[in-house]
Amino acid sequence: MTMQVLETKGAECWACHSARTGVKLLCGECGKVQATTSANYFEVFGLSLQLHIDLSKLEQEFYRLSRRLHPDLFARASTNEQQWSLENTSLLNDAYRTLKDPIRRTMYLLKLEGAEFAEEDRDRSNPSRVPVDLLEEAFELNMQLEEMRMATKAGEDDPQLRSDLEQARTQFEGLLNEADQRLEKLWSDWDSALASKQDEGKAAAKKSMIALLDRRRYLQNLVRDVREALGA
Amino acid sequence: MAEERVIGIDLGTTNSLVAFMQGDAPVVIPGMDGDNLVPSVVALDLLPGEGGRPTLTVGNTARKSLITTPDRAIYSVKRLMGRGLEDVQGELKLFPFRLADDIGPGEVIRIRLGEMEFTPPEISAYILRQLKRNAERYFGTEVKKAVITVPAYFNDAQRQATKDAGRMAGLEVLRLVNEPTAAALAYGLDRKKEGTIAVYDLGGGTFDVSILKLKDGIFEVIATNGDTHLGGDDIDNLLSAIAIDEITNELGVNLREHPDLVQQLRKSVIEAKIALSSTESATIDLELPEGKLYQRAIPRDVFEELIASVIARTKGPCLQAIKDADVTPEQIDEVVLVGGSTRIPAVRTLVDHIFALSARGKKAHTELNPDEVVALGAAVQANILSGGSEATENMLLLDVTPLSLGIEALGGVVSKIIQRNSTIPASATDHYTTGVDGQTNVAIHVLQGEREMAKDCRSLARFDLKGIPPMAAGLPRIEVKFLIDANGILHVSAREQRSGKQAEIEVKPTYGLTDDQVEMMILDSFDNAEADLQARQLVEARVEAETILTAVEKAPSNPAWKLLTADEVVRIELTRQHLATAKAGDDLAEIHKATTELDEATRRFAELMMDDAVSSALTGSTMENASEKLGEEVTAPHPMAPAEFK
Repeated sequence: MTMQVLETKGAECWACHSARTGVKLLCGECGKVQATTSANYFEVFGLSLQLHIDLSKLEQEFYRLSRRLHPDLFARASTNEQQWSLENTSLLNDAYRTLKDPIRRTMYLLKLEGAEFAEEDRDRSNPSRVPVDLLEEAFELNMQLEEMRMATKAGEDDPQLRSDLEQARTQFEGLLNEADQRLEKLWSDWDSALASKQDEGKAAAKKSMIALLDRRRYLQNLVRDVREALGA
Repeated sequence: MAEERVIGIDLGTTNSLVAFMQGDAPVVIPGMDGDNLVPSVVALDLLPGEGGRPTLTVGNTARKSLITTPDRAIYSVKRLMGRGLEDVQGELKLFPFRLADDIGPGEVIRIRLGEMEFTPPEISAYILRQLKRNAERYFGTEVKKAVITVPAYFNDAQRQATKDAGRMAGLEVLRLVNEPTAAALAYGLDRKKEGTIAVYDLGGGTFDVSILKLKDGIFEVIATNGDTHLGGDDIDNLLSAIAIDEITNELGVNLREHPDLVQQLRKSVIEAKIALSSTESATIDLELPEGKLYQRAIPRDVFEELIASVIARTKGPCLQAIKDADVTPEQIDEVVLVGGSTRIPAVRTLVDHIFALSARGKKAHTELNPDEVVALGAAVQANILSGGSEATENMLLLDVTPLSLGIEALGGVVSKIIQRNSTIPASATDHYTTGVDGQTNVAIHVLQGEREMAKDCRSLARFDLKGIPPMAAGLPRIEVKFLIDANGILHVSAREQRSGKQAEIEVKPTYGLTDDQVEMMILDSFDNAEADLQARQLVEARVEAETILTAVEKAPSNPAWKLLTADEVVRIELTRQHLATAKAGDDLAEIHKATTELDEATRRFAELMMDDAVSSALTGSTMENASEKLGEEVTAPHPMAPAEFK
């Protein structure tokens, strides 16, 4: 483990001195790797803040940029270029990992737009608020899950309980699926509001997405717990 | 100028190899004994070498010492790399590792060989140096750069220890490459295939499984998993333990009292294990004291029953990797087998079952020698790093970090900041603040692993962020950036955002060596190496020549100079000039010759000077202090005494 000092940014390409526009990781003129600047993940791929993304194009662009930025190509370059290649490639990788996953992509965009989320996934004992319409079913399910865990611990198998849980799993997986479909529709709302520069439409889509992601996270935790209890 | 050679090294638990790219194909470089495999065994010679330096042998020679002087030899040191005393308790029961008695918690392990102590990276450095020399002998030039492979599932400390070993051996480690990924590179070289492949790598001491996507020359690792303490060694230990019990119970010989016999037994067990890959039965033989003989026939079905639990441990990591890659076994187009232990038919059956191969009319790939394929892949990566060639054009490896990186949060839980299977280089930024007014330090504990609690994960290091400007509690905003580089090694930087001040970080690596310690352990490159020996002789000859030349320059001021004849003075001047010229050149023999000439030309002067010193010393002195003076000036090494050459 070693320490590194971060580099600062420059206004022009260090190699060919042409002006640097945007947040390119490579110089548009001479193709040399540039000192790291703060770019958001969409900018890394030259994308606007849109939520519908063509994943095969994203992969193509990821491969194309990797072929020019990866540290393997800089083993014989100057220390500066090695450092920039390392930092820019990590930015590229972080960006690709986030954008290719629909949920991470949505959350990242909402955070850029000022939304705040609880540190999800960090603490399983503190699940997010229970959506009101799910209160009753979720409560019952949690009771059943507890029974199932006790039974499993004792080495017993209760077929009735198992079939109840299987049923609950189907139900909640269905709800999760439904949430995903609604999310995709909200993406379209966001993207069209973005294209036509309608701030109100954007704000409405943003608000709905934040609420939906909360609900979705809750559903996902339930589905995960049921699957675990069923040993699936 | 010729392209600088970069070699590819497979630093294995049982065997190590060095390879390079010859034209468009990677080849393994054999050692002096003609073997491609250098056993990863290091032994300390009974007698020290020249100048009292300890002499360590590596490979087949050292392997003999395992039986003749078991307390001076070590094998499977890779199991100790980057680990602490509390990590290796299990290993200590199974391996004849003799550790120093005074290793503190969190300290690097030290292994005793005879009367000396070595850290695991030092032992590995001796193996690496042997491979470096094998390559240098082969090329006839010095080699300074290398790519070294590590198990994909190695953590940060184990990777850093491997890199340190390279530095100690005088190698700049351009890249650490994961072993299964290296194997994929070697296979991918001549088939230019596309699709999803799995690499199953069961070696001497480690198990890895990686799932890769191949497309347009890009080798993108999607998921990896493994067990850094699972391999052929475990099978050997299991069979040895059974034999030792039988010998104690049935023949009344306690083998634990005979370390040499334990090693003999292990040798016999390994031979039987290897034989069982191609025969239906094999025998373990061991001659015991008092003419007793242990003979144990093992039919293959018994062998397979015995080892079933060991090889079954590879299944879990395979299933996890398949799950993490978000594929089904049926979506995996090809499976590649790597590591000597994949020669065992039962292992092949298990792999076939996990990936549903024969059900799909497929067979695992074994075309490349499973002992050599990782080294061949390392050579391919070495070629890519040194600029590539036609054969490797367009090839690019995108690997992942095998373990999640986390920070200890309140209550000892782990907050994950970089998930496992993230493509590397990867980074994460986290923010910290103070809890008390005026607080200037913040401690951060970095961990690696998948468990929820810090105590169940691997501690990588504790950082102390220092020099935070004193502010009210909660006001400072310290941004810490964690970056995992392409070797899978973590780098950390920090900045206090309100003041813009770069925060100072103090790292306490767990079970790691500091830079200074590594520097101290850099192997003395002089002992034994042929090329080094010549360079050293040249340096020594020049020093010798310089000493004489300096003395001759001062000679005219000595009273004895006046006693020389004119001829003698001319001869001294001519031979002096000859030596000065020779010394500037690289011809060792010429320097020796000129030194001898000057030495002979000045012999009478030296004698005169001695006489003079003796007579002046005796004049007006007591005998006692005269002899003291003699001691200083006459019998002390004389710059003009005859030069000695070995």
